[in-house]
Amino acid sequence: MPENDDAPDASPLKILIADDNKTDRLLLQTIVRKEGHSVVTACDGLEAVKAFEEEEPDIILLDVMMPNLDGYGAAQRIKQLAGEQLVPIIFLTSLQEPEELARGLDVGGDDFLSKPYKPVVLRAKIRAFDRMRRMHVTMQKQRDEISVLNVHMREEQTAARVIFDNVAHPGCINAPNIKHLLSPMSIFNGDIALAARTPAGDMHVMLGDFTGHGLPAAIGAMPAAEVFYQMSAEGFGITDILPAINQKLKSILPPSYFCCCCMASLSFVSQRVEIWMGGLPDCYLWHPGYRKVERIKSRHLPLGVLSSERFKCDTEVHDMELGAKLCLWSDGIVEAENPDGEMFGDARLFEVFEKNEDPDQLFDEIPRAVKAWIQGDEWGDDTTMLEVTMVSEQEVAETEVSYQSGKLLNAREWKFTYELKADTAKEFNPVALLLRLLAEVPGLRPHQVSLHTVFTEFFSNALEHGVMGLDSSLKASPDGFAEYYAERARLLNESIEGYVRFHLHCEMEETVGASRLVIRVEDSGPGFDWQSRMEKAEDSEISRHYHGRGIPLLRKLCESVNYIGAGNEVEAVYRW
Amino acid sequence: MTITATQSSDGSELTIKIKGRFDFSAHQMFRDAYEKVDKDPGHYVVDMKETTYLDSSALGMLLLLRDHAGGDNADIRIVNCNTDVRKILTISNFEQLFTIQ
Repeated sequence: MPENDDAPDASPLKILIADDNKTDRLLLQTIVRKEGHSVVTACDGLEAVKAFEEEEPDIILLDVMMPNLDGYGAAQRIKQLAGEQLVPIIFLTSLQEPEELARGLDVGGDDFLSKPYKPVVLRAKIRAFDRMRRMHVTMQKQRDEISVLNVHMREEQTAARVIFDNVAHPGCINAPNIKHLLSPMSIFNGDIALAARTPAGDMHVMLGDFTGHGLPAAIGAMPAAEVFYQMSAEGFGITDILPAINQKLKSILPPSYFCCCCMASLSFVSQRVEIWMGGLPDCYLWHPGYRKVERIKSRHLPLGVLSSERFKCDTEVHDMELGAKLCLWSDGIVEAENPDGEMFGDARLFEVFEKNEDPDQLFDEIPRAVKAWIQGDEWGDDTTMLEVTMVSEQEVAETEVSYQSGKLLNAREWKFTYELKADTAKEFNPVALLLRLLAEVPGLRPHQVSLHTVFTEFFSNALEHGVMGLDSSLKASPDGFAEYYAERARLLNESIEGYVRFHLHCEMEETVGASRLVIRVEDSGPGFDWQSRMEKAEDSEISRHYHGRGIPLLRKLCESVNYIGAGNEVEAVYRW
Repeated sequence: MTITATQSSDGSELTIKIKGRFDFSAHQMFRDAYEKVDKDPGHYVVDMKETTYLDSSALGMLLLLRDHAGGDNADIRIVNCNTDVRKILTISNFEQLFTIQ
């Protein structure tokens, strides 16, 4: 900042002059007043301290040799009283011994002014200390502001954390076959670890590492978690969930923000895992029984980078025998640095697996090895780890799939009829809509997949055979099969009269297995000779016909499936 | 929904991958996948890794493939099914007609 001698760069100051010599006092007073400052005077050290308390001067000129209390003593007391405030003290002295001058600084003085006084020097010193004083005031003000902001930020983070936890409810992250390491404020490091059971009994896990820290990461993590839980609960596979999260993130995050992620779906029935990985360091699929590590490599770009058209969700499928462990981590492990700045690295991580004796201890051995490497305890805030073990279906059976209670919780008994006109039925598949309604019925969400099949089969039968009048016996030969669908396509372009009606009747009971959903589907067609068709179907368990598989399938999913009247109505009873 | 067919270099094995929903709309594509090959392969693999759903007409299509591939002598493996797809195949007793892995 350019300053020159004439510039009234500061408002007038109040300056305390303490000197037992009247002549000196007057001389100093004259010089200082000429500068436009006001003056307070004191004749000894005690008076100086008192004047400081009463008048709160900005700068003090203090003679060293004074009666009652000398300059050193007065300086000490004044500095003590001033506390955090910077009150520059300039000693007025004729002493020349370096020890005496040094002592002046030791007791809290800031500078000296030697007798005889030179006005130019005094003016310059006052200005210099005024600058310092003002800088000190500014710094204190800013420090106080920062500390207020910091308190505020912590409060906000705590609140944001609560919001995130409500969105990303724990899912099944506490299942007995999952171990995870996640710092409480990890969300503000951009790390997330999610797990959910699907209605079919699979387990979905996701470890995500958002670029950047703080708010953008936390904001991006929320919709990602929401989509993950919602779609998992609705029975979607990870190849459906990944594009959905990618698209969401792509549309909401600024270009430089994205999410490195590994998502996996464990099937306890087939003991396999399906994995997608984009942008994370190699994760391990560990087979302790064979002492073998399969590396899961990132084959994709992180989520939120590519447009939907270019996004690829090819997954890899691996066998996971009982006891096999899928270990996922963010880059905090391999990138942990020792005091020499050397990273922990993949080789050392691999070594932990090689040396492991008790597979159950592995999860603790990794952070231990990393901490030993960095030689400190500070590590951990920025690292997220997740280990999922393949177990038998029974072991995770208790991990009740945590569905949100349906909106129809108190709707104990209700009926619902939904009719589609033929032309609408040709263009609009109502199955998803009806399933969304049924997803709100408590306890019914795990049955979405079965109900999806039931509704899909009923609807296509009603539309194709009832409304369009297509004969399924056409499907008896490969060419007929083609003809059937060609005819179907042709009829879609023609206007047809008629309807398809769904009648739902729901009766909810407290006892498991006592609740009933009656699904009756009616079409405007003439019906068919179902009695004789059903007889034939009896022995068609392993029928080699290309058609007629739908109803036997539904008979196994439902308690009963029966045709009514002319055969243009079918009724299924589903229990849960 | 997309269906891709890849024949092994010696032509002895045909792998049909079904991505997305496997239902009636896949009919023509699925048929093309095994009919439009230069040399009839002896072995077939239906890779359902990315198949999200299977309806009864898809079951019919699998049977069409089976007959095309030699009926009771057909060598068809259905691999990488997810839990939902597996359930439908199991309920329909398709394990007795196909090798399901």
